[in-house]
Amino acid sequence: MNILFYVAAAIAIVSSIAAITRSHAIHAILFLVVSFVSISLVFYTLGAPFIAALEVITYAGAIMVLFMFAIMLLNLGAHAVQRERQWQPRIVWAGSGLLSLILLAQLAWTFSFGKAQTGSLPVAPSQVGAALFGTYLLGVELASMLLLAGLAGAYYLGKRSGEPEHPKGGADGNGPA
Amino acid sequence: MLNCLWIVIALPLAGFALLALAGSRMPGRLCALVGAGTVGISAALALAMGVSFAVSPPEGRQFTQTLWSWMSVPPFSPEVSLRLDPLSLVSVCVILVVAFLIMLYSSEFMSGDEGYSRFFSYMDLFVAAMLVLVLANDLVFLYLGWEGVGLCSFLLIGFWYKVPKNVVAARKAFLVTRVGDAALLAGIFLVVNKLGTLSIPEVLSRAAVSWPANSGAANAAAALFAVGAAAKSAQIPLHVWLPDAMAGPSPVSALIHAATMVTAGVYLVARLHPLFTLSPQVLFGVAIVGAVTLLAAGLAALAQRDIKRILAYSTMSQIGYMFLALGVGAFSAAEFHFVVHAFFKSLLFLGAGAVIRGLNQEHDIFKMGGLRRAMPGTFWTFAIGVCSLCALPLVTAGFYSKDLILSSALAAHQGGIWLWLAGVIGAFITTLYAFRMLFAVFFGEVRTQVSKGSGRNMTLALVVLSLFSVIAGFCQMPSGLGGVSLFADFLAPTLPQVREGVGRLQGSLSLVAAIVPLVGIMVAWTMYLHRPRFLQGYARLPALAAVHGFAKQGFGFDALYDYCFVKPVVYLSRVNRRDVSIAYVGAISRVAEALHYLLSMTQTGRVRWYAAGVGIGAVVLIGIGVLL
Amino acid sequence: MATVPLSHALLLSAALFAIGLAGVITRRNMILVLLSAEIMLNAAGLAFVAAGSRWLAPDGQIMFLFILTTAAVEVSIGLALVLRQNHLAKSLDIDAAGSMKG
Repeated sequence: MNILFYVAAAIAIVSSIAAITRSHAIHAILFLVVSFVSISLVFYTLGAPFIAALEVITYAGAIMVLFMFAIMLLNLGAHAVQRERQWQPRIVWAGSGLLSLILLAQLAWTFSFGKAQTGSLPVAPSQVGAALFGTYLLGVELASMLLLAGLAGAYYLGKRSGEPEHPKGGADGNGPA
Repeated sequence: MLNCLWIVIALPLAGFALLALAGSRMPGRLCALVGAGTVGISAALALAMGVSFAVSPPEGRQFTQTLWSWMSVPPFSPEVSLRLDPLSLVSVCVILVVAFLIMLYSSEFMSGDEGYSRFFSYMDLFVAAMLVLVLANDLVFLYLGWEGVGLCSFLLIGFWYKVPKNVVAARKAFLVTRVGDAALLAGIFLVVNKLGTLSIPEVLSRAAVSWPANSGAANAAAALFAVGAAAKSAQIPLHVWLPDAMAGPSPVSALIHAATMVTAGVYLVARLHPLFTLSPQVLFGVAIVGAVTLLAAGLAALAQRDIKRILAYSTMSQIGYMFLALGVGAFSAAEFHFVVHAFFKSLLFLGAGAVIRGLNQEHDIFKMGGLRRAMPGTFWTFAIGVCSLCALPLVTAGFYSKDLILSSALAAHQGGIWLWLAGVIGAFITTLYAFRMLFAVFFGEVRTQVSKGSGRNMTLALVVLSLFSVIAGFCQMPSGLGGVSLFADFLAPTLPQVREGVGRLQGSLSLVAAIVPLVGIMVAWTMYLHRPRFLQGYARLPALAAVHGFAKQGFGFDALYDYCFVKPVVYLSRVNRRDVSIAYVGAISRVAEALHYLLSMTQTGRVRWYAAGVGIGAVVLIGIGVLL
Repeated sequence: MATVPLSHALLLSAALFAIGLAGVITRRNMILVLLSAEIMLNAAGLAFVAAGSRWLAPDGQIMFLFILTTAAVEVSIGLALVLRQNHLAKSLDIDAAGSMKG
């Protein structure tokens, strides 16, 4: 199964690169979905079937759908792709690419000393659940608070933004802030 | 009974706290009651302790009460402890009795003043500080009282702070006495460094053992303490603050600048007299300073027109007598003159206050006149005070104390006859200026109408003080006149007995000294009352007018100090307005500012640059981790 | 089960992280910046899971769960902000958001 890991890793890297370089936003998202699915495969090979399932459901599913909705709400026209190309001349990739490569080289050099192998046995979902609602119960509660805050925040921000409470058309010059 | 010693200090302090916190919300009568009442109870307690001390003296005729230890870093362990011995007992009783009478007087004198409760709170604080100074058994504790009275003096000179002149006078008093305070502090440092203790009895006994007479350390310590004493007691050349200090209310002048605080220097020297006897040179210097001061201040008083300035110079002159006595080793004579002076000088100040109040804040004695009939009570008490000041023979207390000083000056080892002569000439000058003042204010034609008479409390205080000014002398009489020496005997364990010159020469010289005031009165009567034209003729001579003006300005000390100290400091501060010494501190702030501008340039508002910054930071940090 | 060296899994995570970083720095479209941030979060989660697999412990997976939660919240808030910004500035350009600088 080692070969499965390396194939999935290669696909993840290639599709991630494709995702960040596409000019068309929908294409970028679709590449990212491919990337997430292959990473899910990586998780499976690393013995984390529960996380693999979550990766597909939440990342490739829910979050990507959220992105998709956002793009559709924005109703970007055909000129959007044109504008993206105009925004991203190839030369700007040079600096950020260099920085990322230096970081990667440093990390690779740091990791290259370890001789450890990843586990030969999967960590079962039941184990994860027991730890999650045992040792990490407090973390779960905090995560739930975070989700609640995110819900409230998103609701507030998404409310008909920037428009005054009262009907429009004030002649007094006190327009929307 | 003696265990109540701390209460004597605590009561005025409690009165101060109460008045300071709640005084502005209390009615005036209650303020006066709290202010004078606490001091009165303390005075009664002190007198009772005095009686019990005299009847059944404690072991060694001294009593020490250690309240607590301030800090303990052996061998440096200053203690808050009180010491009652005949010297401090006499001082405490006199201070409290005089203070009580003055506060009784003030309750009427200050009525209607907007700072009524403030006045009493300051006075209470002053009394507490003065008692700390007198009762302290430890040099640090003594210094606390020393600075405390200095602070109260500052506050009370500038009591009417809305007049800029008063504030300037307060500041001047504070700064000039600070010179002496610094010297005193240096002396304390020297003592604790060389002798390793701060407890006064320990200091004195160790000094006597480890310092030979006339040694450098003994001379230095005695000289530093003497400078501190001279500044507090307004002796030449550190006397310039006292005449200006008359800007305060009259009761303040009476209590602080006549009876108690200005004699703190005398008390200090008497308290530390074994240290001073180790250094005869410094002691002789003290005598010289006293003699010079008593003559110069007397002459200056002769040229003044302001009644309170006359009394201020007179106070300096009388403290000069005390310094003279200290200088010739007659410590108990100095203490005796302190007691008598406290009574008659506060009496004179209070009388002057009554006159000034009666004449609507008139200070010039030549605008007063003929008040003998309008204010008979004030006149008679004032006259008794003047007589006591001039040492009128036999009947006044001043005579006995001054006679003791003069006869002990005569017995001095070194220059006795000259010191005696200075004292006698000083007595003559004293009589001249005192009777000049008395004649100008109470005799002659009426120039100003009295608008306000003195009430019950004021008159009572004056009468009691004038009574003391007469009878206080009878506890110490020269050998020629019955030889009573109750006072010196009482002080004997603490202060050495006065050596009196005995012999025919001394006897006849004493007679001369006794006659001098009478001659002075005759001369004063002739010059100022009987034939004033005679004097006016001479006053027109330019040379005499110049001398008169010079004396009126206090012999130019103010101008000299202004030229030597104030002007250079002002000039330097003008030159150094930008303060070179802290330029480097400014440089630090300028560098920080430059860095701030540099850093704020990175605040571009471009999110991608921020992200890149985070990335670069990660690269650098991991780089450091990898390399190390 | 695969028994790849741990360093290989971590290298994959580092590579994904670097790709995400390049995207965050380079893209001007705010949605794609968020997208790149998702890649970086995912890479960090991968490192946790790999480490958990090394020790056969569930803790790495639990950390991934927390990262997942954070990512979900971040995306929902982030996208709401993007919509709002697009409404105000009529542009998805993240450099245009620099006009909010105080």
